[in-house]
Amino acid sequence: MSQVNLEVRAISGHAGSVPGAGLKRDLDVCKLIDVTTCIGCKACEVACLEWNGLTFSETSFNNSYQTMPDTAWNYWNLIKFNEHEDRDHGLMLLMRKDQCMHCAEPGCLEACPADGAIVQYVNGIVDFNQEQCIGCGYCITGCPFNIPKFSPTARKVFKCTLCVDRVTQGLEPACIKSCPTGCLHFGTKEDMLFLAETRAKQLREQSGFANAGVYDPSGVGGTHVVYVLHDSTNPEAYGGLPSDPHIPWTVRLWKHPLKWLGNLAIVGGLVGVALHYMRFGPKRPEEHPQNGTGARP
Amino acid sequence: MSGAQAAIAEHAGERQGGRIVRYTLTERINHWIGGFAYIYLLITGLAFWSPYLFWLAALAGGGPVARYWHPWVGLVFFASMIWMLVDWRSDMATTPEDLKWRNDVQYYIRNEDEKLPPVGRFNWGQKQFFWVMVYAVVFLLLSGLAMWWVNDISWPYRWVRYLAVLIHDVAALVTIGAFIIHVYMGTAFVRGSFSAIVDGTVPEAWARTHHRLWYDKVTRK
Repeated sequence: MSQVNLEVRAISGHAGSVPGAGLKRDLDVCKLIDVTTCIGCKACEVACLEWNGLTFSETSFNNSYQTMPDTAWNYWNLIKFNEHEDRDHGLMLLMRKDQCMHCAEPGCLEACPADGAIVQYVNGIVDFNQEQCIGCGYCITGCPFNIPKFSPTARKVFKCTLCVDRVTQGLEPACIKSCPTGCLHFGTKEDMLFLAETRAKQLREQSGFANAGVYDPSGVGGTHVVYVLHDSTNPEAYGGLPSDPHIPWTVRLWKHPLKWLGNLAIVGGLVGVALHYMRFGPKRPEEHPQNGTGARP
Repeated sequence: MSGAQAAIAEHAGERQGGRIVRYTLTERINHWIGGFAYIYLLITGLAFWSPYLFWLAALAGGGPVARYWHPWVGLVFFASMIWMLVDWRSDMATTPEDLKWRNDVQYYIRNEDEKLPPVGRFNWGQKQFFWVMVYAVVFLLLSGLAMWWVNDISWPYRWVRYLAVLIHDVAALVTIGAFIIHVYMGTAFVRGSFSAIVDGTVPEAWARTHHRLWYDKVTRK
């Protein structure tokens, strides 16, 4: 929800090209979350609320360490908690910081019909502009990570901004700032991937996590939030992190072939009836039919 | 036809001063509730459909206002269609005469009506339009409810979200095609139809030409 002066890469619901597209380059920013060193302190949850001026929500207890079942329109950052039995490592307490992944190919932006309600900056941040949002919820359908949430009072959709207002001022996002263990890092995508791969290698070679790896799913063109996981072959274990996220095929079908076929059919229909009228003209009733019924007054 | 003779008959087919009541007042009011609701849904729906048509939302008070009312007006349209279904269900059943007419529909399209077999109150094409709209509105309602409450569909049922947008768009496109033909025929192609759905009556010659079996039935009384 920021009106900062950033170069824009993509605009939702926009007719025509993006103004100034390709004019300037910028480095892709990235948040790195090393779930293996997260202690689940939830400082990032509090920092997110603090910085973004969100009210503290009531927590709900469901026999879990989790604050609430899911992120909410006014709770953009949530530690997902899972107990996981592993043959080699016994009981593991998996804690994953869940928030917007800032996809390179954002399903929310793809689905959004409102001009400028969702923008993707050249640095990779995907941001919602609530002033332009019409509250249709198409982004909720488009997102493969279940992130955008509708506020019934504001009738707008909200999510993590990657603290775009801080990032443009050269600060790291609030969650990063608050992390006491250093499991959160912020920098360029290139640097963060290097750091992540280094850490994953360390986990594989020195900590006995043979499947340790980096989560940067290619199905959405990569993300601007990446994870280091103990077991990158099973991301679902980490609070339902999708193993192969992509924009739903129905959304792709709706936004591309169906739209153009539909528009063509509508125009074809209009042209068709106009041509039909010019060729065959109107039907008028016969005032004097040949047979007997015409004799009626 | 003067306004003073506007048909307020309770049954279609009654004769009023050389004209025949084609649609009762109730039928006409309901048709226009449905008609105006559909036009509103079309304008706002097209705004959400394409960025190149998003400006249409301005006609309905802007994007958020259009989005707020679209589902409510959808319910009005649905209710109107249900009313039509109850009212016209039997009139809209396909008869053997309709099937004969359908085989000769080329003559209707080419405006060679003298080669057509006679039909009742509604011809096969009108019945097709009616049933297309009835079935489409059911799909539109079900998918529309899912889109309305998308935020409340839990993540394991996300396929409902994915399916709903596709069904809503395909069903809407089908109705748009039917609507274009309906408006064209009701205003430009079949002269006298538009005033029939406004003031309710048609000249006897109109009824005799376009709906001979219906004309014979109502004039025999």
